[in-house]
Amino acid sequence: MNEELHAIAATAAQICSEWTPEAAARYSGGWADEVWDSLTKAEFTVLPVPESSGGAGAGLAEAAVVVHEIGRAAVPVPLTETALLAGWLLTAASRTVPTGPLTASAPTDMAVDRCAGGYRLTGKLSRVPYGHLAERVAVLLDRAEPLVAILDSPREAWERGRNLAGEPRDTLLLQDTFVPGEDVTEVDATISGRAFRVRGALGRALLLSGAMEAALDSTITYAGQREQFGRPISRFQAVSHHLAAMAEEAAASTTVAMSAATAGQQPDWILTAAAKAQAGRAAGVVARLAHQVHGALGFTDEHPLRLITTRLWSWRDEFGNERFWERQLGAAACAAPDLWTLVTDPAEVRANG
Amino acid sequence: MSSRVLPIDVVRVPPGLEPLRAEVRTFLDSEIRRGAFTPQCDSWLTGWDEPFSRRLAEHGWIGMTIPRRYGGQGRTVLDRQVVLEELLAVGAPVAAHWIADRQTAPSLLRYGSEQQRAEFLPEIAAGRCYFAIGMSEPDSGSDLASVRTRAVRVAGGWRLTGTKVWTSGAHRAQWFFVLARSAPDTGDRHAGLSQFIVNLRAEGVTVRPIRLLTGEHEFNEVQLDGVFVPDRYVLGEIGSGWGQVTSELGYERSGPERLLTTFPLLAALVSEVRRRADRDPAAVAEIGALTSRLLTLRQLSLSVAGMLAAGKPADVAAALVKDLGTRFEQEVAERARMLADEMPDPDAAPGTFTSHLVRGLLHSPGYTLRGGTNEVLRGVVAKALERA
Repeated sequence: MNEELHAIAATAAQICSEWTPEAAARYSGGWADEVWDSLTKAEFTVLPVPESSGGAGAGLAEAAVVVHEIGRAAVPVPLTETALLAGWLLTAASRTVPTGPLTASAPTDMAVDRCAGGYRLTGKLSRVPYGHLAERVAVLLDRAEPLVAILDSPREAWERGRNLAGEPRDTLLLQDTFVPGEDVTEVDATISGRAFRVRGALGRALLLSGAMEAALDSTITYAGQREQFGRPISRFQAVSHHLAAMAEEAAASTTVAMSAATAGQQPDWILTAAAKAQAGRAAGVVARLAHQVHGALGFTDEHPLRLITTRLWSWRDEFGNERFWERQLGAAACAAPDLWTLVTDPAEVRANG
Repeated sequence: MSSRVLPIDVVRVPPGLEPLRAEVRTFLDSEIRRGAFTPQCDSWLTGWDEPFSRRLAEHGWIGMTIPRRYGGQGRTVLDRQVVLEELLAVGAPVAAHWIADRQTAPSLLRYGSEQQRAEFLPEIAAGRCYFAIGMSEPDSGSDLASVRTRAVRVAGGWRLTGTKVWTSGAHRAQWFFVLARSAPDTGDRHAGLSQFIVNLRAEGVTVRPIRLLTGEHEFNEVQLDGVFVPDRYVLGEIGSGWGQVTSELGYERSGPERLLTTFPLLAALVSEVRRRADRDPAAVAEIGALTSRLLTLRQLSLSVAGMLAAGKPADVAAALVKDLGTRFEQEVAERARMLADEMPDPDAAPGTFTSHLVRGLLHSPGYTLRGGTNEVLRGVVAKALERA
């Protein structure tokens, strides 16, 4: 990683530290709006959006570094939704990207009818992250000629839901809902439901790898302080090997997720699939070992470990769990001329799949 | 991105290396088609084929990172990594030159005298000079600092006495680096160790086979009975052996051979599943799971190569790669057995799925033992976490 990315990571970590342990412990839904303001001032919320669309014009790698830090700090903000999904959809629709917060959805069964002056939509946007808090919702209507619709978020109309960590995952029912024609744009066929899912999965893989590092940090600290039988429990080989196993899985997850994000302006879908499957499997291992080492204390609502592990258990199932991506990879492996070709194909061959 | 606890700098294969990859692939295809070798698992340690090594050298694919003035190609670590990956992916017989290329040459470049470099490096790059590793002893496996082979000062050099074991290829290689105690143990176990370049055909050297459970002859016991080593064959500084050996381990532990030993089996498994009419969805998902792990480990190994190239300390990252990678190698054999539902028939024709399965299984205990047991590697990682 070059100096510039290290600097971005350090700034992002600094901003995330505004989310205090007290605020994190009190959290019961909603979002960290003050942290969001700081992220906005640093232009971190629209990092990979071109300057012509109102963004910072940076690469996917720069955005990935910030997402990873958000995961490490477990800050509830719609960063992946704004920076990686809505920003991408609005750019494709030649729209200026507002600073947000934004969210995005790619429903698979939305009925789209043309009508005078626009479109009528009927269907459901399910479990949309931070739905009721977002100012606008970018909706990808994945069809032969895909459309991007931009909805003003009808705050009261959302049916509130949450994930295991209490982060908003809201559902919106559309019933012949009118969207004016100027808010619906035909986009390039590469802006597909599949590409949407790949970007979402990359975001979750990065969040997961950051959170795994946080779980590891907490576990190392605890194991070094907690004494039993007259010595810190980290001195027991069985425990120290748990720490090593966690460190290895976290490092592997971070490395493959960052690799997927450094392929260019689009994620490398093969590496993203690998990264989400890796992170999903590793999340289970890391959460289990973190709790094992923390003992009963880490299993209480007084201990901040729950803030990390409930996110690990949530994020691994979002945008395709490990089995979903393993099926995708397995099918790609069986379709390729041979496995080695798939493994070594350069990124440009694999962008978006 | 880097984890602050275990820093790993992410590296991808630069796009400019595709022509090199294609060139190696074309060469290997033609070698396989003309029957020059039969692909097999674990070929980097047991596939000894000197003419093949020399043909690789003619293409400039041995000693790639050795500077041109020593007969090498002066290419980058990632150039070399691409070539290694291609060789391992087809299970090519690279054992003859593997150790010399992987760790002898970098050690000579770092610690060797000008005379040693001039003598060995051009021969290594030509695919003619083969090395073995003289670290383990009957009572010193993972605990390397406990070596008992003694080096005693004599006129013009040193006399070495002791026994080395598990010395792969010692019956075929010409030389090995011997780690020996050159000063009595005075409490600091890591002091007083030195490395010597020893000719395996020298007077006083006896090489005896230790057969693998398959009956194959790869390991040896090498007895040193007052073997004379002239001063010019001392590697680096007398007394600095410990530091030299541990830096050598960074090269020994992080390469793509620590995850691709059973790749020929995995590739054959994918072909099997593809060939079967039902394309069992569970089998396809399992292949996806193995592919995900493979892609992850490959990025880790590439990243460690990049760290080594940048002169950054990589011993902890290398231990991590080897711990995860070698367990993956074993898992491939276990999964392949279940998914193909095939008897591991030891008399299967070479190069077939079943022959890869048999070899992948029978060699599997070695993956997590050689180059430092995985328990020791996890200890290395845990110790680094304590310091972080």
